[in-house]
Amino acid sequence: MQWEIVIGLEVHTQLSTQSKIFSGAPTRFGAAPNAQACAVDIALPGVLPVLNHGAVERAIRFGLSVGAKINSPSIFARKNYFYPDLPKGYQISQYELPVVAGGSVKIQVGGAGNQYEKTIRLTRAHLEEDAGKSLHEDFQGMTGIDLNRAGTPLLEIVSEPDMRSSDEAVAFAKSLHSLVRWIDICDGNMQEGSFRCDANVSVRLLGSDRLGTRCEIKNLNSFRFLEKAINYEARRQIEILEDGGTIRQETRLYDSDKNETRTMRSKEDAQDYRYFPDPDLLPLAISEDWINHVRTMLPQLPEVRRSNYITEYGLSSYDAGVLTSSKEMASYFERTVELLPAQAKLCANWIMSEVNGRLHKESLDIAQCPVTPAQLSLLLLRVSDGTISGKTAKDVFDAMWRIECNGDADLIIESKGLKQISDMSEIEKLIDDILAANPQQVSDYHSGKEKAFNSLVGQAMKATKGKANPSQVNDLLKKKLAG
Amino acid sequence: MSLTLDDIKRVANLACIETSETEATNALIHLSDIFNLIEQMQAVDTSSVNPMSHSQDLVQRLRDDMVTESDQRELFQSIAPKTDSGLYLVPKVLE
Amino acid sequence: MLNSTLQQLSTLIAEKKISSVELTNEFLSRVKAQNPVYNAFITVNEEMSLFQAHAADAMIASGQGQPLTGIPIAQKDIFCAKGWLTTCGSKMLSNFISPYDAGVIERFNTVGAVNIGKTNMDEFAMGSSNETSFYGPVRNPWDITTVPGGSSGGSACAVAARMAPAATGTDTGGSIRQPAALCGISGIKPTYGLVSRYGMIAFASSLDQGGPMAKSAEDLALMMNVMVGFDTRDSTSLQRPSEDYSRDLARPLQGLRIGLPKEYFVEGLNADVASAVESAIAEYRKLGAETVDVSLPNTKLSIPVYYVLAPAEASSNLSRFDGVRYGHRAPEYIGLNDMYQKSRAQGFGAEVKRRILIGTYVLSHGYYDAYYIQAQKLRRLIAQDFSEAFKRCDIIMGPTTPTTSFPLGEKSGNPVQMYLSDTYTIATNLAGLPGMSIPAGFGNHNRPVGLHIIGNYFAEAQMLNVAHQYQQVTDWHIRIPDALTDL
Repeated sequence: MQWEIVIGLEVHTQLSTQSKIFSGAPTRFGAAPNAQACAVDIALPGVLPVLNHGAVERAIRFGLSVGAKINSPSIFARKNYFYPDLPKGYQISQYELPVVAGGSVKIQVGGAGNQYEKTIRLTRAHLEEDAGKSLHEDFQGMTGIDLNRAGTPLLEIVSEPDMRSSDEAVAFAKSLHSLVRWIDICDGNMQEGSFRCDANVSVRLLGSDRLGTRCEIKNLNSFRFLEKAINYEARRQIEILEDGGTIRQETRLYDSDKNETRTMRSKEDAQDYRYFPDPDLLPLAISEDWINHVRTMLPQLPEVRRSNYITEYGLSSYDAGVLTSSKEMASYFERTVELLPAQAKLCANWIMSEVNGRLHKESLDIAQCPVTPAQLSLLLLRVSDGTISGKTAKDVFDAMWRIECNGDADLIIESKGLKQISDMSEIEKLIDDILAANPQQVSDYHSGKEKAFNSLVGQAMKATKGKANPSQVNDLLKKKLAG
Repeated sequence: MSLTLDDIKRVANLACIETSETEATNALIHLSDIFNLIEQMQAVDTSSVNPMSHSQDLVQRLRDDMVTESDQRELFQSIAPKTDSGLYLVPKVLE
Repeated sequence: MLNSTLQQLSTLIAEKKISSVELTNEFLSRVKAQNPVYNAFITVNEEMSLFQAHAADAMIASGQGQPLTGIPIAQKDIFCAKGWLTTCGSKMLSNFISPYDAGVIERFNTVGAVNIGKTNMDEFAMGSSNETSFYGPVRNPWDITTVPGGSSGGSACAVAARMAPAATGTDTGGSIRQPAALCGISGIKPTYGLVSRYGMIAFASSLDQGGPMAKSAEDLALMMNVMVGFDTRDSTSLQRPSEDYSRDLARPLQGLRIGLPKEYFVEGLNADVASAVESAIAEYRKLGAETVDVSLPNTKLSIPVYYVLAPAEASSNLSRFDGVRYGHRAPEYIGLNDMYQKSRAQGFGAEVKRRILIGTYVLSHGYYDAYYIQAQKLRRLIAQDFSEAFKRCDIIMGPTTPTTSFPLGEKSGNPVQMYLSDTYTIATNLAGLPGMSIPAGFGNHNRPVGLHIIGNYFAEAQMLNVAHQYQQVTDWHIRIPDALTDL
């Protein structure tokens, strides 16, 4: 039997406002417990919510960037349930008429060779308030409640069940992650919980057009966990079905230590949330003027940049995708290529391999890269004009990373004497010397031993301390040996 | 429509109010009376009427995104049932 | 002194014939002497009241006095007042010292009024007799075996028994007007949105509105001038130019068209109340007003609609009382859920629990459309009835309540009977319209009758004018109960 996995995601993005969605308390991460929980956040009797303009504006930015409809009016509703980190006993969220309706996101799935593009439709995106945190370490045998996070604005983005593999789900999540940072509505910090995914997973026989019973996996806070949880969950469901069982609709938790999902609550004990319009808040009207204003402030979107890179610079779809994974990355690339327009591919390769690799190794962000685009472009200019070889360039890059000679490639090449020897006569003399000193290898070569040739090339390169152009050495050596 | 004792218990549980058998029975009597009154609503055809949530036809006013509140934890927690190290303490959830 | 109007007290203070401290002490002694009989106050705090009185005297000395500077005002215990026990009449908040001031309290503080104490009320404002208070029932000064009405019964009693010259109340379905009527005083519920709800402990958010209670329309106008005003912290607060509610008091009523809804004068209305109201209307004709018959055909639906919408909102509003951050936590429990269940079971009284159960039920899965949405649709029809009626009249009049005050305990075992006390008042809350009750004589056993005046949106100044003109030619509003012979 061939199974098809069907996945939809719900992504909670913390919006990067200064103050909370319904109160004037700060949203900074890492404050002392409850130091950022004001009267409204702790739900004192009598307090009331007032909606934050900045939160709504960020939701509009998102809606416009995915081609969605901005609902006006949009309605806030109460979702009622009891939990100690939910001070009012209800969460202010949106049910009918969310701010953002519809829209879609294009994703690139797969690696350099086998990449394909797919469009994932969005159902909606709505504004809501975050809950506080329960700390289950032992406090006098009790649970501690920190309400600093309570009231932090969230945009919950809900996709249609359009993904068919964990790869697609991860590509979608990454794409959203990049987008919300690109348009500056969320810092995307997954460790701090600014970007959290829930996955709805079901399976069905390939070719079937009916959706299977789904399970929702909660709180996947890394792309790796998202991938592993979906793979585990799909396997679990397929095994049950192949054994003739049925899937129970339920909410499950992913345990990253054991790499498995387990039941959190079944549908039978699903809460009755008693949604109703919040009488403390009026309908939210979003004018055409406001929408147009937000539209004019929107940066050029990654999708547009990506296709520009392909057409303007002749980059592959894969490379263009990597270089537009964040606004900072794209800007780094553009500033580099600006100074070296004819060498876009060289710039792209260097940024994707050397720069990215080094950043990754040292857990740095591209914004913290010690080598500036201007410095990098000078280095690449020296590669392209033959001053240094690609291999030597890596050593120069190393020195630039350590900010030697102020990161100036020319000064580093100069001071280390790394300039390639391009004077033919100098190389010729050197080769003549080597041939004279190694009669055995020369005769081995003539009797058909290929290895002997390699040994001669090696000696020539060693003698030039790598400064000779390897292909020149090769050619010249062959010519001499042929006599 | 007639309410049952199970309805009362289900709703009391949703509302997190411990209710004894006697209280539930009592509540059933009173709530049944009240719902008899409420049922009068069903006689009216409202298919062409829009629901009214607020008396004034106004839209939501928005706050500027500015921090206006400072830390008042000490004052707020002076009236809390139980706190430790700045945290509100609650009993653990029993499985 | 105790019998003086706000206007008179204001003049005495301004002319420095009496200091705020003296006046405050006078009322504090009065409260100390009388409260054991009436139980109108839950909290009296001499030290805090006198502190405010001293500050008020300083304000006056520096020439910054305003009409209510230095005057003691009783505050319904639903308004959070910083440093004051604020119970909302509930065991749930019996240990809640508010860490902040409500918008209304701030406005009184700003003008230098003195908080003379927090008045008793039905628990979370749910009741029409003041019998649901955790702090025991309030007694009606006109007959202490009867109820003062509710939920602002403590405030009505405090004014009627001359323990305060004026008080604040809140009105979700009649909670200012019904006790004002039963205690023989004046009270007005303004248009929804005029008085800030910030810090006013929520019962039903889309219906709750604060307002003043006093002896006369003239005094209500002075109170309105302080209480009404935009508050950025309340999303439903209205941003309008400020007005002087006293400005139209003296206007003659010649040509005023009074609408009399036929649905307000049918079965269920006691004869003694009907006759007093008819006499009052006759008085208005003498003042030059004309009466027109109007109809509010959906009146009978207002109670069912109200008992869906108000409990629905309340069930959610009262979820914050969970014993975690403030308020009552059960002394013994096993685990989190048990703590919730027991704290709420112990902290809330029977009527509050009843309404939470009703509200939870009507919002629950499968019932929402049939109850909540249907009620919101009928709410619109009820509001439309009024806009139709106001095409034919300037003001609507009728009885505030179907009966005069009733004996303590008479209806407390029968919620539906109790709910019918608010038959005439609820519709104005559903429509968001201003409503007012003024004394209009007496029914059987010398119990006060209230005349209900309903105005169009923002017509408060006109309503106060209509009431004031009547109070110029009648003396019902200055009558005092026989028991208060010392005055």
